[in-house]
Amino acid sequence: MTARSLTEGPPVAPVLAVDHASVVLAGRRVLDEVSFTVAAGQFTGLIGSNGAGKTTLLRAILGLQRLSGGRIDVADGSGRHRAIGYVPQKVVLDPDLPMRARDMVELGIGGNRLGFSLPSRARRARVDELLAAVGAQGFADSRVGRLSGGELQRILIAHALIGQPRLLLLDEPLANLDLSSGQEVVELLHRIATEHQVAVLLSAHEINPLLPVLDRLVYLADGRAVTGTVDEVVRSDVLSALYGHHVDVLRVHGRVLVVVGPGSDDGDKVAPHDAIEVG
Amino acid sequence: MFSGFMTNAWIVATMVAVVAGVVGLFVVLRGDAFPAHAIPNGAFAGAAGAALIGANELLGLGVFAVAAALTIGWLGRRGRHDVVTALALVMMLALGAAFLSHTTEYSQEIFSLLFGEVLGVSTTALAPVALLGAGCLIAVGALYRPLLLSSSLPDVAAARGVHNHLIEMAFLVILALATAMTVPVVGSLLIFSLMVGPPAAARVLASRPSRAITLSVAIALLTAWFSIASSYWSNWPIGFFVGVYSAAVYGVAKGGALLHARLRAPTPVLAVSAAA
Amino acid sequence: MSWLFEPGFFSSAQVHTALIIGGVTAVVSASIGVFTVIRGQSFAGHALTDTAATGGSAAVLVSINPLVGFLAGAVLGAGAMEAVGVRHVRSRDLATGIVLGASIGLASLFLYLTTTTTATTGATQEILFGSIFVTAPSTVPVVIVFGVLAVLVVAAGFRPLLLTSIDPDLAAASGLRVGVVELAYMAALAFAVGLSSIAVGAILSTALLIGPAATALRLTKRIVAAVALAAGLGVATTWLGILVAYDSADWGAGHDTLPVSFCIVGLVFVLYLVSGLAFRVSEGARAARRSPSRPGAAPRMSSGSS
Repeated sequence: MTARSLTEGPPVAPVLAVDHASVVLAGRRVLDEVSFTVAAGQFTGLIGSNGAGKTTLLRAILGLQRLSGGRIDVADGSGRHRAIGYVPQKVVLDPDLPMRARDMVELGIGGNRLGFSLPSRARRARVDELLAAVGAQGFADSRVGRLSGGELQRILIAHALIGQPRLLLLDEPLANLDLSSGQEVVELLHRIATEHQVAVLLSAHEINPLLPVLDRLVYLADGRAVTGTVDEVVRSDVLSALYGHHVDVLRVHGRVLVVVGPGSDDGDKVAPHDAIEVG
Repeated sequence: MFSGFMTNAWIVATMVAVVAGVVGLFVVLRGDAFPAHAIPNGAFAGAAGAALIGANELLGLGVFAVAAALTIGWLGRRGRHDVVTALALVMMLALGAAFLSHTTEYSQEIFSLLFGEVLGVSTTALAPVALLGAGCLIAVGALYRPLLLSSSLPDVAAARGVHNHLIEMAFLVILALATAMTVPVVGSLLIFSLMVGPPAAARVLASRPSRAITLSVAIALLTAWFSIASSYWSNWPIGFFVGVYSAAVYGVAKGGALLHARLRAPTPVLAVSAAA
Repeated sequence: MSWLFEPGFFSSAQVHTALIIGGVTAVVSASIGVFTVIRGQSFAGHALTDTAATGGSAAVLVSINPLVGFLAGAVLGAGAMEAVGVRHVRSRDLATGIVLGASIGLASLFLYLTTTTTATTGATQEILFGSIFVTAPSTVPVVIVFGVLAVLVVAAGFRPLLLTSIDPDLAAASGLRVGVVELAYMAALAFAVGLSSIAVGAILSTALLIGPAATALRLTKRIVAAVALAAGLGVATTWLGILVAYDSADWGAGHDTLPVSFCIVGLVFVLYLVSGLAFRVSEGARAARRSPSRPGAAPRMSSGSS
């Protein structure tokens, strides 16, 4: 499976530019000079095992985590800062929460601004539009706290998109979904990226569900990153250099298997079960 | 029951119920039941302190309630939220006890402060209470969207630039002011019943925020009115009825919802699909 | 030393009773309190002091021994909360609030009936605020016996209780009957709270349950040390509070005494605040001591831009 490459065109400023970003927390270098960019319409995967620094990086991009070094720039067409849609990882909702799915999506319009909004036909139409885009019409009027994992995921995506962001960040969206729901979400996100020219960056610890649609990936290990296309990055030599000890990359029936052995030097211990990724 | 000196009681109870219904819904959504119980105790200390130095009671209520709210909000960021609330609560009660020991408050007045007094509000106090109530409602209206967002999706709210801790502080202060206006009638120990029971019932029965607020206010009004009427007829303290009716209303709503759910979902039948 | 210990402190029988009851209550409360704080159930712990007070006011109304009322109130309250409550944290607090509201409502009724039907006045203050100085010496043996029992229960169930508090799933997986442990814990809590409510009053009961335990947990992460520290802090603040309250009778002209509940709660509160400061200072020092960077073990490769 080859990764898609960017269509030709005049060079545009990337929507997201991470430049030698570093984060030091409690004496530990959680992110170490990470650099990459994401352009509009690109589908980028942030791959790494647990503890590699994915969530920290996403938080840094959102401005919730201060950088110890480097910089992160998020551009918006109109020059406005921070037009980022965000879908967090663990969302726990009270089953009795008096909010329907469509109410939560509507909260995506100006939900961070003061005051409240009177009902408006235009707004309702827009909410319906987003609900249709994510395929959520069937449960639009159900309580948002009673939705299944996959259904809630779609609502959160709709909520994030309704503000027309140029960058969409998702923190481990596939983590609690079964295989088929996960595939549906990946296809949905890819459609959103290409049709609406939104830059999509999502984190995952398994690369295979994303292989069909990944434009580029950022591979994180112990705070250090390698970026490029799948073919450029997911290679024995590249990943071995990244991890600091020998890594095997196997291709089995179009899927990728990355095998990391137990750490040879105590500074970079990576547990085997964390690093074995199977499709 | 509706004449003369009771008129004030009905007017104040109506205002109290409206504010309790609105503010209470967010108390329930945010899981702030404990602070809602603790902050009125600050108000209690304030009233005792005001009586000690001869200051205006409503002022004392307000100042101490807000102080309690700020303490809980500020310390709660550093320590555990529930521990801080518990300690602030007992500190306020102890302070109130200390003030009381220096006054010549009669038992009856202490009782009224704690458990409510139907005739507890004089006509001159109606205007400030109404103003305070209006202020609370306006504040909630102004914070409506960020409150909803930070209550349901705090991570997303933070990502969108909402300062969750500021919203929490602001809400606790609104809660304190709502408490200050309601304590004289319903009592410091029981105002939180009105802010928990009816809103909790409303949240079970309504599925969208606007309806939940309306329903919460409606149920709170009914609870308050029935409590006043019951207290008038039986001479029993109004706080008793508020506490019991609020619990009953939630019980009925929750029980009804559970029953409804069980009736709607047919007993699962093992379905065997034809092998493909 | 007479400036510190006002005359009569050591010879007063009232003070002796207060010191013993206060000390025992502090130890019992702290032991259970550590687990209550770990489980995040401060609201439930406080709510039980109020349901205990409801029971106490019922007992006063029908003229039976208040101790029975306090204990019954605490146990019934615990039962009601278990029945209404749910796993989800917010729903649990809601359930606690609803039960608490109904319970306080009942208390108001009992107290009202007491003042109107009997000739008793001041029942409100006594039940809710209590006073360690007016506890009858005859209650001392009862308090000690039940207190020791409660501590023994906690000590016996110590390890299972710790495991289910920190990681209920792991506890269940390792074969523990989580439901039984939780029930035993609630029972012990109800007992401890009921006892301390009558001994030192509802306000103090909550303070001694939560305050020293929370302070101790900020200073150490090891449970046994935390329980010991909490008990020590509890006893220290209680005795110091009693001393201050006793002494305050002689301070300045025309000063009334400071209520002992105020003195003890004030000390508990201040101690908690101070521990918070100390905690943050030590965290800062620890972070500064660690080196901010590690030598990189592998060459970095960023095949960078779009």
